[in-house]
Amino acid sequence: MLGNDAIAHALLESNIDVATGYPGTPSSEILASLAPHAPGRFHIEWSVNEKVALEVAIGASWAGARSVCTMKHVGLNVAADPFMTLSHTGVNGGLVLISADDPACHSSQNEQDSRVYAKFAKVPCLDPQSPQEARDMILYAYDFSEKFKMPVLFRPTTRISHAKSDVDIGLPAHREKKIEFIKDVERFVVLPRHTRVLLKKLNAKQEAMQKALADSPWNKLTIKAGAKLGIISSGVASAYAEEAMETLGTDVSYLKIGAYPIDPTLIKELADNVERILIIEELTPFIEEQARMYAPHVLGKMTGEVPHEGEFDTLLVANIIRKAAGKPALKNRDVQLDFELPARPPVMCPGCPHRATFYALKSVFKDESIFASDIGCYTLGTQLGAVDTCLCMGASITIASGLSHSGIDNKIACTIGDSTFIHTGIPGLINAVYNKANITVVILDNRTTAMTGHQQNPATGSNILDEPSTEISLEALVKSCGVASLQVIDPLDLETSKAAFKKAYDTDGVKVIIARQPCIITAKKMGIRRKQFEVLDDLCEGCKRCVKFGCPAMEVKDGKAFIGDACAGCGMCTKICQFGAIKGRGA
Amino acid sequence: MDKFDLLIVGVGGQGVILASDIIGRAAVMEGLSVRSAETHGMAQRGGAVENHVRIGCKYGSLIPAGGADCLMSMEPLEALRFAKYVNPKGVAVINTEKIVPVTVNLGKVQYPELETIIRTMCGLCSEVKAENYTGLAKKAGAVQSLNVVMIGAVSKYLPIKPETIKEVITKSVPPKTINVNLKAFDLGHDA
Repeated sequence: MLGNDAIAHALLESNIDVATGYPGTPSSEILASLAPHAPGRFHIEWSVNEKVALEVAIGASWAGARSVCTMKHVGLNVAADPFMTLSHTGVNGGLVLISADDPACHSSQNEQDSRVYAKFAKVPCLDPQSPQEARDMILYAYDFSEKFKMPVLFRPTTRISHAKSDVDIGLPAHREKKIEFIKDVERFVVLPRHTRVLLKKLNAKQEAMQKALADSPWNKLTIKAGAKLGIISSGVASAYAEEAMETLGTDVSYLKIGAYPIDPTLIKELADNVERILIIEELTPFIEEQARMYAPHVLGKMTGEVPHEGEFDTLLVANIIRKAAGKPALKNRDVQLDFELPARPPVMCPGCPHRATFYALKSVFKDESIFASDIGCYTLGTQLGAVDTCLCMGASITIASGLSHSGIDNKIACTIGDSTFIHTGIPGLINAVYNKANITVVILDNRTTAMTGHQQNPATGSNILDEPSTEISLEALVKSCGVASLQVIDPLDLETSKAAFKKAYDTDGVKVIIARQPCIITAKKMGIRRKQFEVLDDLCEGCKRCVKFGCPAMEVKDGKAFIGDACAGCGMCTKICQFGAIKGRGA
Repeated sequence: MDKFDLLIVGVGGQGVILASDIIGRAAVMEGLSVRSAETHGMAQRGGAVENHVRIGCKYGSLIPAGGADCLMSMEPLEALRFAKYVNPKGVAVINTEKIVPVTVNLGKVQYPELETIIRTMCGLCSEVKAENYTGLAKKAGAVQSLNVVMIGAVSKYLPIKPETIKEVITKSVPPKTINVNLKAFDLGHDA
């Protein structure tokens, strides 16, 4: 069972009433896995962004509903505003916020440690070491949340969410539901005089929460008599540490941490029994900073024993422990090649409409223009030289505006997907119009949230249950933001697309072009099959213009272009070829 | 308990996740614990993908370097990329059908000779089995069955009965493709 499926199952076992979230690797499968179980049992939604998602979950919780809200770590930045004050008001129905961290940035713009947010907001945090523990912790989290009237931050990492394991699961427990909103102005209206009181109450809860978590199965101290070395590990690093300790052959006292805030007595007791403590945790030295307050001799990131970046594995952790135990390191296998290994970066799919849009954009705006972009499959437009910036969700239009106001002479164009535009792009567009930026905004409208697995969004016309839903008109939205120049193109129609970009290039102000064509993966799933193309060898001059388009179906064989079976039939190469050498197969 | 670390590598879209899923489920059916790690998200878009399958493992899902008892590579270049994971006593099962990366097509770097890849791999592990498994998948009736052909090829080394794997295949693939996939398994197994 996938870690995220185990989490989803535990949510079913916990009898949740409301599930919200915004897609983001590695968290996306949780809601997708829950959705088929929702009809008639609970409300589920892809919200338009993480702040919205969390606030919907909070509203439900205040009415007594058990709610869950899922996102990736950087999504919590977007939801940070409600999150920071939610700790003050607290919850009624249990509320678990799942923020999935991505050490090593497999599919993220940064590494970020959600535990820090938990501490910042004074919210308890659970940090599983395996898919099984993730499932078990969710059940615990709801009881804990309702007992302390606090939200719980649940923090899996990629190697929990996207790990598969055999997992013991159970049946949904019966739960008495009482859904009502009891008015309490002093709690739910955070006027300064109310908040001052709420903060005192929040601080007063901390010690009781620490004690409860110290007695939980998630924080476990095992003292080995006579052991000189103590190890503290957390999350998935505990799995690596436990495997490494099994084969070490030295006595070690061990404190496994899976829940925060940590009761200092656990750290003190370990420190009293060993000479030195080694702390193994991914991302920030979170436990280490606390441990240094209570233990005299601590090894970890701050002493250079443990890496600050990336994810760990058993070999890396084994060698950290062996060094601390005074044992020789295990050999790392390093393969030396006497030639360069060709990189295989992720690329846009054959037939991807984004590639066509980028091609038309670049052919008009040329290299000297500046191309701001955003988060999505289209960030891969770097390969076409059509993406010069990408910072965070929604930052394409705003960065482009800043460039425009900097006084720079270059033309500025930016690209943003439909889902990202709705997520946080709209305020940037309003701001650009209002403050008179001079930019071209291209909305890459493929009718889906493609990169994270094709989740529905308000432009798709259906919701998470695949039920028809109001399809938000991007044209109407753009116009209502005050945009005077709006054009809609089919990116596979190269000539019309180029003409639209030329018009935008020559016009001042904020110009918006909606490039609309369904994602090739969804198109294929809907049964759209386009005729594949082939290169006529006699006519091909080997200029590689078509190859430089960057389509993975396009290869070079014996100096000539060759189209492989991956061809999705978008036909862009036929329009790029100057020699008429590309034709429909069998034509 | 039998412990066996299998690393499955290939190119996004080749069905690497389904392959590791089938093997993982078969192991669970035989009462073995399994941990596996998958590549999701952006990396899947035609990039190099790696799935770790640890049979008989109770700890983390990542195979340490030098720890894989078997490397199943669905594309020759990818075998080299992930070669550091193979145990010197391990085996590499490699599909010889190339998928040329964009970096090579753009002329930035050369694709190494197949012979060089296999010779290098022979120096890194105890046994290398290289076949055109894509050809066998086509023979089975669908090029998409490559992942199942290769499951057949590695099944000889796994601590799982072939019948169990075939049972899981029957349950895991689309109903219309069961016969193609069972044939694919046999062709891979007998190659």
